[in-house]
Amino acid sequence: MKLLTLNFLTCAIKTCKSSPASFPLHPRDAELEVVEADLNLAFLKNILPRLMWDELRVIASELGLPALPETPPSKADLSIPSPTAPAPATTLQLDPEAIDAPENPPVVESDVEEETPSQTAVDLHRILLETCITEGKLVCGNCGHEYAVKEGVANFLLPGHLV
Amino acid sequence: MPKYLVRLVHMHESFRRAELHALAEVAGVEMEILKYDEDSPFCIIHLPSEAAARSLISRSILSQGIHELWGEGSTYDSLHTSVRDQTGSKWSQFEHTPFRFTIDSFRGTRSPAEQNNIIESFSYMGFDGPIRMKDPEASFRVFEDYDFKASEPKYLYLGRFIAASGRHAKTTFDLKKRHYISTTSMDAELALITANIALAAPAKLFYDPFMGTGGFPIACAHFGAVVCGSDIDGRSIRGTGGSARKGQTGKMDVMGNFTQYGLEASYLGAFVSDLTNTPLRIPALDRSSRGGYLDGIICDPPYGIREGLKVLGSREKLGETELATHEDRFKQPNYIPPKKPYSFTAILDDILSFAVSTLVENGRLSMWMPTANDEDIELIVPTHPCLEIVSICVQPFNKWSRRLLTYRRLAEADMPQGFLDVAVKEYEKGVKADDLNDFRRKYFEGFKEFKESERLRLDPGGVEQMQMPDSKGVSGRWRGKEREKEK
Ligand SMILES: C[S@@+](CC[C@H](N)C(=O)[O-])C[C@H]1O[C@@H](n2cnc3c(N)ncnc32)[C@H](O)[C@@H]1O
Ligand SMILES: [Zn+2]
Repeated sequence: MKLLTLNFLTCAIKTCKSSPASFPLHPRDAELEVVEADLNLAFLKNILPRLMWDELRVIASELGLPALPETPPSKADLSIPSPTAPAPATTLQLDPEAIDAPENPPVVESDVEEETPSQTAVDLHRILLETCITEGKLVCGNCGHEYAVKEGVANFLLPGHLV
Repeated sequence: MPKYLVRLVHMHESFRRAELHALAEVAGVEMEILKYDEDSPFCIIHLPSEAAARSLISRSILSQGIHELWGEGSTYDSLHTSVRDQTGSKWSQFEHTPFRFTIDSFRGTRSPAEQNNIIESFSYMGFDGPIRMKDPEASFRVFEDYDFKASEPKYLYLGRFIAASGRHAKTTFDLKKRHYISTTSMDAELALITANIALAAPAKLFYDPFMGTGGFPIACAHFGAVVCGSDIDGRSIRGTGGSARKGQTGKMDVMGNFTQYGLEASYLGAFVSDLTNTPLRIPALDRSSRGGYLDGIICDPPYGIREGLKVLGSREKLGETELATHEDRFKQPNYIPPKKPYSFTAILDDILSFAVSTLVENGRLSMWMPTANDEDIELIVPTHPCLEIVSICVQPFNKWSRRLLTYRRLAEADMPQGFLDVAVKEYEKGVKADDLNDFRRKYFEGFKEFKESERLRLDPGGVEQMQMPDSKGVSGRWRGKEREKEK
């Protein structure tokens, strides 16, 4: 389970959910694994404003990962503006002369791919999308309930007395 | 604006328009459907440019490709007139281009001689380039639309080929070749269509609360989304129960499916949970949190027929001693949390409230449900004041049908006063067992799934051991029922 998921997960017990202490869940005895993946800058930019930053910092520090800055980066902080090349055109260009063979791949224009990710983006990507929790527990800070993680899958089923 | 002809496939008809609109939205192009008929595979649209046409069609599942419209008419004479009027100025561009000229007759046939005559009748366009059936630079196609069993076509089009669709993904993701499936795995083509209609796309986050073997998250990841899922049944995620496919052995799990398609980078992972006791954050309304975080939710909720719709909890209210027993035992490795039956319509309402709380503005919920119950009583389309219905697509079968319902989460400014508040409270309250009777009366009079005998027969734990008769994956649970009826 990639660490980004922990930014969305809280205690499953209904009466706990409204308590601020139930989020984030605290990893305990966690085994981590880094699985490399291509950096997805567009996704990082999109997800950044939805992140609960303070809680992400808490988890990073509890897992002994490099400290994250106190304030969340801005979208602009995630890419390095290319110094020479002019800004790529975002409008779709039609060349009336162009006759394309059917086999040509469809042109999907995008300005995002042209951008170079910043070190901040690389760091965030490493933590959120390359670091996985494979074994251990996730513990609610409010009620203390422990959710087991096995083979990378966390179990949030509640026992009979807690539903 | 130039006109284009979309060569649709002639199946899943009621999904075709919904898919086209969704594709236009994802591609960010303005599209107007000028001519569409449920009984024809030829659809005429306006698009701003050829680039827009390519971008639109690249991920289409329900079409073969898109063509620039060069003319149309109800007879060959009127077609030729229209081609002359509309495209006479373009002919010279293709004067020396290697080209191909073909005929696509829908519900009709032409002998090779007839085809030749038809193609020859366009010789006034003066294409002198070499004819190349393979890899031509320009490809022209005559489309003939026949009425059922008619001898002459009722309408004709000429188009210049622009680009092929993304329909090949249907083959790539075919369940027959998938690493790990189960009896309720969603047919690959329908999963891809659903992902399209829900606007799955790069940079977005999608979630399936009833993921089973992961069919929807995989389809969304194919279209570039980052995905995660959950299921109340941990075996379906971890795959320790094995696959429903005959002769399949070894460890088969959802992760393996993502690896098979090279999509593991887009897979956040999965967790075991009950939608009615979700561990996912339900953002507070006081702005202390940052609002919804999901771009889309796609699911095929359990109908209780074969999967046995269950939620966490005990059938009877637990007494003190039982509570104590659970408390003592829950940490033991063999402890199984108690589950109780639940109503299908109640879970639909839970899904809607969950979607309202967790989706971003304009985020989509696409959810499958049967159209009617066993007694042919039509099930109402569930609604929510904070969700706008975008499309309702119907997939008919012999004896039943099901719908794909798609909703758009409204912006807070567009929601009726106070409703978002209500939505979250409702979700937190859940639906009490006492409410079940009401739901039953309202939608499910006589619906078999609630009869005790039925419930006992349908052991949800037995699902994974069942053999799958084929890999269509279209609701094995219903097929099982049909077979029973036929007896
Ligand atoms: C129709 S299947 C979904 C199949 C999935 N679309 C696929 O392609 O494999 C419904 C799933 O819902 C799960 N389920 C049943 N009750 C549930 C609940 N209360 N919460 C979450 N999942 C549940 C079942 O275990 C089953 O895997
Ligand atoms: Zn708790």
